[in-house]
Amino acid sequence: MNVRLYLWQRATAALMVPLVLLHIAVIFYATRNGMTAADILSRTRGSIMWASYYGLFVAAASIHAAIGVRNVLTEWSPLADRRAGRFAIVFGLLLAALGARAVFAVVLS
Amino acid sequence: MLGDLSVSLWRGGKDGCYETYSVPQRESQTVLDVVTFVQRHIDPTLSYRFACRVGVCGSCAMTVNGRPRWTCRTHVAKVAGSGRLEIGPLENLPVIKDLATDMEPFFEKWQKAQGVFAPTKTRHEEIEPIRPDSPARRLADAAIECINCGVCYAACDTVRWNQDYFGPAALTRAWTLLNDERDAGGTARLQAVAAAGGCHSCHSHQSCQELCPQALNPTAAIAGLKRRTTAAYLKGEIKA
Amino acid sequence: MIARGTMHRGSALWIAAMAHRLSGLALAIFLPLHFLALGLAIDGEAKFEGFLRWTDQPPVKFAEGGLVFLLTVHLLGGLRVLVIENLDWHDGQKQLATLAAAISAIIAFFFLARVF
Repeated sequence: MNVRLYLWQRATAALMVPLVLLHIAVIFYATRNGMTAADILSRTRGSIMWASYYGLFVAAASIHAAIGVRNVLTEWSPLADRRAGRFAIVFGLLLAALGARAVFAVVLS
Repeated sequence: MLGDLSVSLWRGGKDGCYETYSVPQRESQTVLDVVTFVQRHIDPTLSYRFACRVGVCGSCAMTVNGRPRWTCRTHVAKVAGSGRLEIGPLENLPVIKDLATDMEPFFEKWQKAQGVFAPTKTRHEEIEPIRPDSPARRLADAAIECINCGVCYAACDTVRWNQDYFGPAALTRAWTLLNDERDAGGTARLQAVAAAGGCHSCHSHQSCQELCPQALNPTAAIAGLKRRTTAAYLKGEIKA
Repeated sequence: MIARGTMHRGSALWIAAMAHRLSGLALAIFLPLHFLALGLAIDGEAKFEGFLRWTDQPPVKFAEGGLVFLLTVHLLGGLRVLVIENLDWHDGQKQLATLAAAISAIIAFFFLARVF
């Protein structure tokens, strides 16, 4: 962990504080009102707002999770730093790809 | 009339084991008294370190019932609940023999973190006037009383998990020097503590702060380093 | 193995740090699955709806409560770190850490209460 990784880790963390709170509120609302897929998708489809919000969330989460996983690997696994770094990058890209696909799924499909 | 203590002491090197001794309990006895009793009256081959016996040198730090502490300042009555004591060498350091560890890695990291004063003046120049209540001096003074006992280093999980990590003591010293107006270490020292193994590896578990016998707060000092290095990085003064 | 240094590791702050790390790991494992589930909507509403109805089952709802708990624990644990690193030091953090754990549990409980 160096200053650059640290900065990205903490910055994405701070960014996600309001994003997570809103997400928890959204989930509470959706589950409480027993929303169906149709209800959800009718709100998200074509919505720039939801696309931006969740797009940003996916980007931040991918970076944050990747760096976090890198830390855990370097400290708790026998992997060398460079290998752990590479694994983390792959993991981050995987999350970003799956997340982008999910956003696409609810906004554009 | 106090009974006997059952005392397990680590004997040998890395691949040693605990051996148990019976030590008479006394009033106001410290753990150091117990170890000394074993060496003087039971087994003269026991190796251990001490110097001042009064809590100012930090030499006698050992792991007592799972916690790193100064043995001269640990009363037996406080820790030997059921009359049992388990004493081992400090963790996270190579064991030389029995209760004595090799402190060299600890001090090597001190150097790596640049916990070394870099002078700016010679004896021929005016002495720098330092106000004791200046904000920087307050920060330095709050962290300066480290006597290198190694308790924080032994307690730190991140030291245990990450062999590159400089540890709380080395980083705290770097912090005091960064706040010392007379010191010229500046950017080079920030670069040193911003590298791999530096302050950013700290997860703020705060074991160091909880256990420091001098009541220092390495977690706070390291947080200060994180802020300074991040600011310097953003300004382009140091590199990742 | 040398002496076990375990006593101080039961402290509230150490537990907070450990909970933060473990919840992060759990969320990292969960997240790809979450994205895959949402991706079902690509194939149309029906598949997504089918999945949502699957999640109506009590064991799944219970697991979702667990996820809300993990997310809240991770958020509050992360806030602890951000506060320590960026704001002035204050004593009494142990109590705050315990309070944070309690808040996480309460929020997760509310989630469960509302869906059952």
